[in-house]
Amino acid sequence: MKSFIYEKADTPEAAVRDIATDGARFIAGGTNLLDLMKLQVETPAKLVDISRLDLATIDDAEDGGLLIGAMVPNSDLAADPRVIANYEVLSRALLAGASGQLRNKASTGGNLLQRTRCYYFYDLASRCNKRSPGSGCDAIGGINRILAVLGTSEHCIATHPSDMAVAMRALDATIVTLKADGDRRRIPIHDFYRLPGDTPHIETVLERGELITHIALPKPPSGRQSYRKVRDRASYAFALVSVAGIIGMESGRIANASLAFGGLGPMPWRDPAVEAALIGQAPTIDAFAAAADALVADAKGHGSNDFKLPLARRTLIAVLRDLTGA
Amino acid sequence: MHFTINGRAYEADVDIRTSILDLCREHLGLTGAKKGCDHGQCGACTVLIDGRRVNSCLTLAVMHQDDEITTIEGLGQIGDPHPLQEAFVRHDGYQCGYCTPGQICSAVGMLDEVAKGWPSHVSEDLAAPLLDDGEISERMSGNLCRCAAYPNIVDAIREVAQAEPEGRTADEKDAAMIGEVLA
Repeated sequence: MKSFIYEKADTPEAAVRDIATDGARFIAGGTNLLDLMKLQVETPAKLVDISRLDLATIDDAEDGGLLIGAMVPNSDLAADPRVIANYEVLSRALLAGASGQLRNKASTGGNLLQRTRCYYFYDLASRCNKRSPGSGCDAIGGINRILAVLGTSEHCIATHPSDMAVAMRALDATIVTLKADGDRRRIPIHDFYRLPGDTPHIETVLERGELITHIALPKPPSGRQSYRKVRDRASYAFALVSVAGIIGMESGRIANASLAFGGLGPMPWRDPAVEAALIGQAPTIDAFAAAADALVADAKGHGSNDFKLPLARRTLIAVLRDLTGA
Repeated sequence: MHFTINGRAYEADVDIRTSILDLCREHLGLTGAKKGCDHGQCGACTVLIDGRRVNSCLTLAVMHQDDEITTIEGLGQIGDPHPLQEAFVRHDGYQCGYCTPGQICSAVGMLDEVAKGWPSHVSEDLAAPLLDDGEISERMSGNLCRCAAYPNIVDAIREVAQAEPEGRTADEKDAAMIGEVLA
């Protein structure tokens, strides 16, 4: 690990001031950042410790939703009675990720910003446009079992690894930030992540020094919720495919549908065409198949991850059957 | 830097990069927590910080100077083992023993999480989880055992989880025998 300057911030305002030097990074739980620093994939010159900021509470919001502090540990968020009762998909997604030890430490804000687990991103001997812009991508044409089939570019096929963010996407969460100039802004999650294009090292719309302070959830959605994760072992593994689903039924037809996907793209994936194929339909296998076809219409395998196309179809159909009772 | 580990105060002049794991093992002579992968994947380094189980390898010491750190050395003593240590011995919950301190620290934290009503990935009812063998396996999945003593680890943890709050489950003869073995 490269050495660094360490500063502990007492307030969000101090944190965004402290971060204003080249190569400075925030550290909260550190479960991903320290892992990457040990490998020198990340080499920050300075760490600004935000772990003790007063941002570790979950509060009822005026609009009937929840305001989740960015420092709330993943464990605490998953176990919050309000989350369990009203946002089950979020609790389920969190519990499907990592291990008990990691969830105790990992923060809500940090979870949104975790980096891909692409083998080539981690391996300094490999070419990786995300780690070293312009160097190339050894994942394309390489071993890419865990990598993306949607939203990729010729420069990067990395997946976003988070389970939590997939549920947040299905729930239409909003990311609340404090910028270096003191301004605050609210970023809908569908605008938060960026596709790789020719700049895969830029993963979100956050500006330099911008701090996530909260994640806001709107009032609970109607209908049933579930999170289904398919992975290579039964626990403590990243998703090959995951589906966060919220489906509401009225008079025997699908009235509202929100479906987000992990393991498929460079961001927690959501496609309006999938939901449009379902809304107003009776819950039949034909309707589910049409939604699954829409999901993978533009998907492209890269060899060892070709299996994700049929796996994504089947997992989505299974989730829809479960949520509609069909 | 200053630390509180197993109720004792320590001062140490260590590099800013030092993890709690390296602090304990390389600077303070507390070698119970083990370095397996050093990347948060194996759980051998598990310790408790303010009662919560964490991977000490992914934890910068400098960030935890005001917290209560508990390692395996703080859970049980020779001749006075922690109930989980007794249960691991009785159920043969290890082979080489390298992962065992992490398993036991993790199990202590895990049982506290269960007591708080925290659900897991396999909980059917998130609001009212029941601790069966599937739950123990899932909740302990962050601790690998390359000797694959998993069935016996689950047996040991189940026994302690089911014990009466005030008592240890071992009968006195067992406890005395284990004390002799450890001594």
